[in-house]
Amino acid sequence: MSNFFDKSDLTKKDADAIVSDTLQNCDDGELYLEDTKSESILLDDNKIKSSSYSSDLGFGFRAITGEVVAYSHSNEISKDSLKKSSENLKSTLKSMKGTYNKDISRSNRKFYQDINPIEQKTLNSKLEVLNKVNEYLRKKDQSVKQVTTSFAGEQKSIEIIRSGGEVLTDVRPLIRFNVSVMLEKNGRKETGVYGIGGRQSYDEYLKDDNWKTVCEEAFRIASVNLESKPAPAGEMKVVLGPGWPAILIHEAIGHGLEGDFNRKKTSAFHDLMGQKVASDGVTIVDDGTIDNRRGSLTIDDEGTPTEKTVLIENGILKNFMQDRLNARLMNTKSTGSGRRENYRHVVLPRMRNTMMLSGNQTQEEMIKSVGKGIFAVSFGGGQVDITSGKFVFNCTEAYEINNGKIGSPIKGATLIGDGPSILKEVSMVGNDMMLDPGIGTCGKAGQGVPVGVAQPSILIDKMTVGGTKL
Amino acid sequence: MVKDQEYLRSKASYCLDLAKKLGATGSSVTVGHSISETVNFRNNTLDESNRSDGLAISIETYLGKKRSSISSSNLLEDNIKTLIEKCFETTKNTPEDEFNSLPDKDLLAKEIKNLNLYDETHFDNEKKIEYLKELESVASSEEKIINTESSFTENKSNFILANSDGFCEGYKSSSFSASCVTVAKDENSMERDYEFTSKRHLSDIKGAKELGQKASEQTIKKLSPNKIGSEKISIIFDKRIAKGMLGAFAGAISSSAISRGTSFLKDKINEQIFTETINVIDKPDVNKGVGSQIFDSEGVKSDTLNLVQNGILKNYLVDTYNGKKLNLKSNGRSGGTTNLYFDNGKISFEDLLKSNTKHIYVTETIGHGSNLVTGDYSVGATGFLIENGEFKFPVNEITIAGNFKDMFKNITLASDLDFEYSINSPTMMIEGMTVAGK
Repeated sequence: MSNFFDKSDLTKKDADAIVSDTLQNCDDGELYLEDTKSESILLDDNKIKSSSYSSDLGFGFRAITGEVVAYSHSNEISKDSLKKSSENLKSTLKSMKGTYNKDISRSNRKFYQDINPIEQKTLNSKLEVLNKVNEYLRKKDQSVKQVTTSFAGEQKSIEIIRSGGEVLTDVRPLIRFNVSVMLEKNGRKETGVYGIGGRQSYDEYLKDDNWKTVCEEAFRIASVNLESKPAPAGEMKVVLGPGWPAILIHEAIGHGLEGDFNRKKTSAFHDLMGQKVASDGVTIVDDGTIDNRRGSLTIDDEGTPTEKTVLIENGILKNFMQDRLNARLMNTKSTGSGRRENYRHVVLPRMRNTMMLSGNQTQEEMIKSVGKGIFAVSFGGGQVDITSGKFVFNCTEAYEINNGKIGSPIKGATLIGDGPSILKEVSMVGNDMMLDPGIGTCGKAGQGVPVGVAQPSILIDKMTVGGTKL
Repeated sequence: MVKDQEYLRSKASYCLDLAKKLGATGSSVTVGHSISETVNFRNNTLDESNRSDGLAISIETYLGKKRSSISSSNLLEDNIKTLIEKCFETTKNTPEDEFNSLPDKDLLAKEIKNLNLYDETHFDNEKKIEYLKELESVASSEEKIINTESSFTENKSNFILANSDGFCEGYKSSSFSASCVTVAKDENSMERDYEFTSKRHLSDIKGAKELGQKASEQTIKKLSPNKIGSEKISIIFDKRIAKGMLGAFAGAISSSAISRGTSFLKDKINEQIFTETINVIDKPDVNKGVGSQIFDSEGVKSDTLNLVQNGILKNYLVDTYNGKKLNLKSNGRSGGTTNLYFDNGKISFEDLLKSNTKHIYVTETIGHGSNLVTGDYSVGATGFLIENGEFKFPVNEITIAGNFKDMFKNITLASDLDFEYSINSPTMMIEGMTVAGK
């Protein structure tokens, strides 16, 4: 745990006094202190390309009255700097008056350990694994022309001081291991990327069989793509594989169910609460409480313990994801979804681990039922236009389906759909729910935060596939 | 006030001295300070104010051909000391790489030209509020507009880049940006669009009324869109999307993608990659330019580069490390392009619209559908159907796809280039792409 006051002229008592004074006429707000240590080690083109370490320390001071948020942040933790921020907040909110809500729920549950993954392993042991990955892949096949592999680790310590002196703290580890391989055969080049990660130590990934599995998967995806044919263009049936393809749910549904867009009525879902938005059998939750997952949080960045929030239950829209500000303005409670990338950013309601739960059909049944369509196994990134509800994502591994049988692999194509109606097109839900490997980062308003997704295989009756073959 | 050169220089030389004392054979350091103030409005009322004050330092140490780096926002001397020690310890344990090196001394910038990148005017929050009030009152005046969000940001920054070969330079810069996002609704749909402006000098930004008016008009025009059938059709890219093609092109000619062999433009130097009429230029010394720089992130002087001349690829974007690998001299593009643009075409915007009986005019794309290894391109799009030069109706939920290699050879540019951003393009037509819809 970081001590934010030991190297500063600012004492905890000073900080309490400044916070309470600044927030006395506000509805909400807090002082957020953050200390992040991070490292990244990258092997590329047969060499250790970079090894870097970063230490970032700072505070963000927030005051809210009514709908107005005043925010000031600095990386200088000192009495002078905090006072300057306080003045800045007061000047924005000077003519407004609120009543501070002291209530914040508490919980003793923790979803990861207080560890610093960076210090747990020596640099050399990490370099050794990266070199082994490079050798292993280059020896594997002569078509391997490029290997990029990396470790990234982080420990983020936060402390939240609320008006009245209440303090909430959390220590969050996060690691990531990634392999990217490029193959070249008969003049064609294709890449395959695979990675794993979570809120834990590096130990698991430094084991032989684990890094090899990641290499095999990256190599397999690249090999499949070497054989790929142009993707079809037009509306057709789409079978999505389990696990990572759930970023479809993240983009199509998740963002539209975040509190801020619904309070502002800019989400296509804002007037659909309690209504049927998905087929029977579709249940979607956003869960911050799964042990060691990338999207899990013991408390969110406002100090609220996270929870498992049911968003859609058997097709019916049940809840939005809320931070304290949007919850207050919408007369509900925070779901522990208030997140920020770091102290430089304001809190927004965000997803954690977004999951569609299992149904009872099999992937085989789905594929058999498709005359002409595609089977999408893995995706790169996705994006959504919250207002029109249109969303896209890019296939990185996909196949044609012809007369109930999986055919040739197809080139990376964008799939596009309409968020509010896509879940009504889901006609089968598989019994094979799977978590993603722990690699997701979600971007919103310029802020990236780690997230997770999960889903079973699903059959979507109608989606537009953005290939080149008419 | 943003910290002055003297303060930043003293921090930088402290770092270089310490690294030398520890035994580093070379080092480089960047110290920067930036202050920015943002005010956000929503539906004609104040929504958020945000002040940001940040120092940042990044240090690289060398031991022969070994290198590693650290960065931090904590500039207290004992923290910097601990970090440099850690950095050098890591350097010792990192394997050698023959291409690791500080930039060649004779390539470093000698003269610091004044490009007018700093405007000391302070536009205080009260004035930002006035600007946004005026903007939103215009943006929200149409009945169909149901939500407006706007923002004004003022940024001032200063930095010093120093290395153990004696380079020690830096300069101040500023930016003033305003944006407006509007949401419109009718019985069939809800749509969003935006407009923004960003300049080095306050007096050059677009007026509040113009910004609000444009955002509102563009949004209302998108209401009640249709989906169209799948077909091969000529596509016209609005300027704001056309510049994205240049972004992808710049990614594919970065020396890192070339040296790693992961670009579809590898080994294409002196080959025809665009239509013969196409010229692409990267000009770092534009007066008040949003992307202007005097030297790159390694201190190397950057000159104007003709990247593409008459459709032929003439230069890559080269930094020191990848330059050594490719046997090329750095051309001051560590950190990428500066003010990058397509030269004007010969045909007017109006004539371009009439050049085919039917086009899709794309105003927005979504998704990350550019594969720079293969050149494959596939993204979601919204825009308009154009028939005989006339805007017929808005279109959405379609995708457009092709391969850059073919797309580049089928580009026609209009003659309506202007210098709004750091990447600029005239309106662009590409023939032979596939639209997927119904």
